[in-house]
Formats: sequence, C-alpha cells, structure tokens
Amino acid sequence: MKSLEELRAIRANMQAQMGLRKEDGNQTRIVVGMATCGIASGARPVLVALSDAVQEKGLKNVTVTQTGCIGLCKYEPIVEVIEPGKEKVTYVKMTPEKALEVLEKHIIRGQIVKEYTISEMIG
Amino acid sequence: MYRSHVLVCGGTGCTSSGTPKILECLNEEINKAGLKNEVAVVQTGCHGLCALGPIVIVYPEATFYSMVKPEDVPEIVNEHLLKGRIVQRLVYDETKTEEGTVTSINETAFYKKQHRVALRNCGVINPENIDEYIATGGYEALGRVLTEYTPDQVIQMITDSGLRGRGGGGFPTGLKWKLARANEADQKYVCCNADEGDPGAFMDRSILEGDPHVVLEAMAIAGYAIGANQGYIYVRAEYPIAVKRLSIAIEQAREYGLLGKNIFGTGFDFDIELRLGAGAFVCGEETALMTSIEGNRGEPRPRPPFPAQKGLFGKPTLLNNVETYANIPQIILNGPEWFASMGTEKSKGTKVFALGGKINNTGLVEIPMGTTLREVVEEIGGGIPNGKKFKAAQTGGPSGGCIPAEHFDIPIDYDNLISIGSMMGSGGLIVMDEDNCMVDIAKFFLEFTVDESCGKCTPCRIGTKRLHEMLDKITQGQGTLEDIDKLEELCYYIKENSLCGLGQSAPNPVLSTIKYFRDEYVSHVVDKKCPAGVCKALLSYVIDPELCKGCTLCARICPNNAISGKVKEAHSIDQSKCVKCGACIEKCRFGAISKR
Repeated sequence: MKSLEELRAIRANMQAQMGLRKEDGNQTRIVVGMATCGIASGARPVLVALSDAVQEKGLKNVTVTQTGCIGLCKYEPIVEVIEPGKEKVTYVKMTPEKALEVLEKHIIRGQIVKEYTISEMIG
Repeated sequence: MYRSHVLVCGGTGCTSSGTPKILECLNEEINKAGLKNEVAVVQTGCHGLCALGPIVIVYPEATFYSMVKPEDVPEIVNEHLLKGRIVQRLVYDETKTEEGTVTSINETAFYKKQHRVALRNCGVINPENIDEYIATGGYEALGRVLTEYTPDQVIQMITDSGLRGRGGGGFPTGLKWKLARANEADQKYVCCNADEGDPGAFMDRSILEGDPHVVLEAMAIAGYAIGANQGYIYVRAEYPIAVKRLSIAIEQAREYGLLGKNIFGTGFDFDIELRLGAGAFVCGEETALMTSIEGNRGEPRPRPPFPAQKGLFGKPTLLNNVETYANIPQIILNGPEWFASMGTEKSKGTKVFALGGKINNTGLVEIPMGTTLREVVEEIGGGIPNGKKFKAAQTGGPSGGCIPAEHFDIPIDYDNLISIGSMMGSGGLIVMDEDNCMVDIAKFFLEFTVDESCGKCTPCRIGTKRLHEMLDKITQGQGTLEDIDKLEELCYYIKENSLCGLGQSAPNPVLSTIKYFRDEYVSHVVDKKCPAGVCKALLSYVIDPELCKGCTLCARICPNNAISGKVKEAHSIDQSKCVKCGACIEKCRFGAISKR
C-alpha cells in the first residue's frame, strides 16, 4: 500500500458489492417475481442482469430482491419498482435488455418507462 | 457480481452447534440449483445472539434465520434463494411482524439498545477477507494517522476521547500511551493482551474471530504513537479459530503493505507476530504475560518498574487489551468528541458484555456505559427463564463480585461497579436466580483461583487454598459463625499482600457475597440449611406419604436403592443411603418428593 488513494480505490470497489448487506428503510426496491411461472418465462436472467448492473454502477440505496408468484403468470417475468413514498410501478414481460432500460431511465433518471408497464400492456 | 449474500455465523458458539456442516450443505445445494454465480456464501464472525445459533442471514432481504440445521438448508436454497419465498418457520420470532413480513434484526429487543463500536464488523464482514474490512473503512484511520497527524496529536485524541482500558482495570488509555512515548529507548514494543481467561467472558475472542484486522490496524497506530516498530499479540492456544484468522489477517496485511516496511509510503515500519499462550489465567496479568512472551514461565513480578518503563525484554512496552484496541480506529475516524459523547462522566464509550447464566438471550452485547443492569438483564437479555426471580449478577469473573437485586438499577460503569464491591473486569456477566446458592458461587470461583494461582507469592498460593477450605466446610454444614469472620479477615489479608492482580482480586467473590448475602452464610452455619437447595450435604429428600401413590417408579429409578416401600403404599427414603442425585424428584408424577 503506497498511498491513501490506493486504499480508497479498493474501498470504493468493495463497497458496491457490500451495499447488498445494508439495512435501512429508505431504499428503492426492485422486486423480481421468481415463482415457477416467473422462472419458466425467464425471470432468472432478468434478476441477474438487474443485480449486476446495480452493483456495477455503484447505485447506493437500491436493492434487487425477489418474490413469489404475483398472480399474473401470463405477464411474467414481472418486475416491480418500489420507491419510498411513491406508488409501486409494475413492469411486465421483461427481458434483460428491457430491464436494463428500466434501470437506466426509471431508477437513475426518474422517468417511468410507460410502454412496459402493466397498465399499458393490459390496456 | 452476486445478487444475494448468505451470511453464516462462524463464531465459536455457532461453529460448535453446526456451522461447518451448514456451509457444506449450502455450497452443495447452491451448486445443485445452479446459483453458484448469483449467490455468495460468506462466513462471518459472531452476531452476539449465541443462544439462537447457528445463525444464517440472507441479504438483500436481511432475513434472520435462527437455529438452522443442515436439513433446513435445501429448503432455504430452493424456496428463498431460488423462488424468493422466505422460509417463515426458521425466521427469528422477534423479527416477524403482524403483517407476515420480516423486519430488520436491529429493531429487536436484543439489538435495539445496543451500540456496536468494538463489535461493529462482527457478523457483518468476512474476517478472512481484508477487502471487506477495507470496505467498511478499514485502515483509513492508519492511513490518516501516518499522513496527517503527529504522534503527540494521536495520543491527544485518545486522551480526549476518555477511553479506559477494557481489560478490567480501567486505566486511562491515553495516559498509558503518553507514558510509553515519554520513555526514550532504541527499541519499544506494542503488545496486545488476548489472553482472555475469565470463565464466561468471550468478547475478545469474538473480536479476534470476527474482525481481526481492527486489532492489527490499532496496534500499528499505537506503534506510530509511541515510537515502536514491533508488535506482539499474546493469544490463547485454546482459541484456534481466533489464531487462524489472526494469522490470515497478518499475512493479508503484509501482502497489501499495511504491515511491514514503509507503510503508506511514509517511511514508518511496523510488524506483528503472534505468541500463543498455554492457557494459564495468570498470564493475563501484564508482567506475567510479558515474561511468557520472553519465553519464560509465566509468573508476575513486582511493579514498578511498570511496562511503560521496563517491559518486554527490558524495553518500554505498551500493553492494551483486544477490546481497547478495537475502539481506536473509530476514535480516529469519528473524532474524540464523538466517542466522549457516549457513556457516563468518567466512563466513556461502550462496553461489551458476555451474558451468561440464567438468562434467555445468552450471548454478546455491546452497550453504552451507564446502561442499567435492569435494561441489560430484562430488555436486552430477554429476562430470566421459567419465570424465576433475579437474585444477583456476577461481573468481573473470579476477580469481581456479585451485584444484588437492590442495585438492579445502577448504571454500569467502572466506578459504580467498584463502589458496590464488584468490578467491570473483562465483561463477563453471569445472571443468577433464586436457585443459585451464593456460598456455592463463591466456592466455585475460589476453586478456580486455587487452580490458577501461579504459586509465586504466599498470600495467594496458601491464602486462596485456605479460603476454599473454609467455604467448603460451610457448604458441608460444619462451619461456625466464627468461620465467617475469619473468612473476611483472611480476605483482607490476601488483598493487601498479594503480588499481582490475581491474588489482590481473588477474595472479591467471597467479600461481596458475605456483604450482600450474609444471611445465606448464616443459614448454612446456624440452621444447617442451604436456602437455594444447592449444597448437597445440607439437603434431604423427603416423600410426602399423603401424596405418594406407591407407584414404585422412584424406587426403581434410585441408583443407590435408597427408596423402599410396598406397591400402592407410601414409600420412604433411607437418608443414610441417599446420594442426593435428584433423580426421584424428576420422575415422580405426583409431586410427592421434595428437597428440604
């Protein structure tokens, strides 16, 4: 270790991974439906893509978790975004690509990706 | 990148109740489910709630599973990790909400009043991975000290924080550092006392097992402050997990250049070596510890000269306890004012206690100084099992004393405990209920000191033996009132004349029990009764002929054939044959047998 900067670089890199173990209520939660129906229609790659991207981008206060069957098996894979103090937004028929788009536009820039939401799809 | 971290407690408590098997099953099941690249399994240090071990925590949900068995692992993997459904039956009850969701463990009674400074990383990071320690701010304090502060500034910060030695004595840490710095010498040493020997205390062990790097970092800071470039950690060989993780930590720190030559490019050199103790209690005494590091038989020597003047190998030496060191980096990072804002007027910061004995939440807790004993026992500790009544708490192990119920609301700090005849000690806290006999407790601790007295000085070697004999006589029902007075007199004599802390504090358990529970001693002597029903020689087991149905069960279970009687007639116990094992009481379905 030659300098404090070197130490801080290691820390910044590790903190992104360790952020997973934070416990506070002020986090944005991205929830992926991972029941049999979800897994069968491809929820796993969606989940992995999301959690990788969150850590790579070093997004603090965002957690990616999973849940069971939401009840709309026809529209799986389903991703819900729950921001503190805001109404839940439900995205349906997700793919890893679409999920990353949601992450970029909704989570980072704060614009809901309307065309993927459940209200648009079901009409 | 992983989407989920599964933390498995690898402290000694959980390890002995099954962690290795659980880890094996977890890795196997995760492989089988194809989650190897998505889920990380991390072995951590102690979480503190040892009574509920083995503990498994799944992030990002922070689900706290308790008392996990290897056969539960497939369900956790297939339900929780694969499908995202929490396995409700394994969730710690206190974290369940009415709506069926799970709250943070930090909201439970056990953790809510705790304030973790020394234990901040225990149960949170993987102690065998230096990067995880760095992620929580590790080695930042050392870096800042070396690049931004002079040694005198560092010592001033420690002094201003009000930190006192956590090994039991409570000596101001800043002053200790100042004295060690003031002595000029060509070579100085920094030592860490990890020879934790009090029965029931395991906070130092848990810090070493859960966060070994914090001790290394603090020792390097101390080395810079006093002008030493070599450190020794004296750790018990009976702590194999701690020894292993310390060795790994030292190696990793050397690889990163955080120990060794020219640290942070500042020209400061510092290295640390381990020395294993063979488990003698007296080696926790500072002069005996250093004698042992030198390779000699661990015996204390008179002070002065104090270690700061002439310590290890005759050189000025700084010796601090593990928990003391664990506070140092946080004081540097957050400032002395932050540390001094916690605690009471003369005792700053927090203290770790090992809760044991008759208490629901056996384990490790860290509380701000000044927390009352009642809060510790009733709230954090979850109260006393089976609805029994609190009788006393023993603090400070064989060097401490008992705190009776009348002092239940006393704020715990160094000076308050000493004023009521006990001491902080290293922080063992053993809770006793109405079924504990105080004479027997005193005898237990004296038995320990008789075993552990090194034999160098007469008051301790012979005095503790005589104390033990007198206590034994009283528990046998052969004591006299005069014996109680003699006990007290001998206690003061031993305290005054012993060479080191072991002998000087050995009579404390006797003195404090006589002070607060003299009536119990008197009933042993005068009435020949043990009020708590512990001392076997003073008990007799009796069958109530009114209640006895003559089922013969007790007669069949008695190992010494002391019970006789005909079927369907009242039985009786032959007192000359009875060995007082209590087997008959346990078996009797009619409650006809009682202890008197």
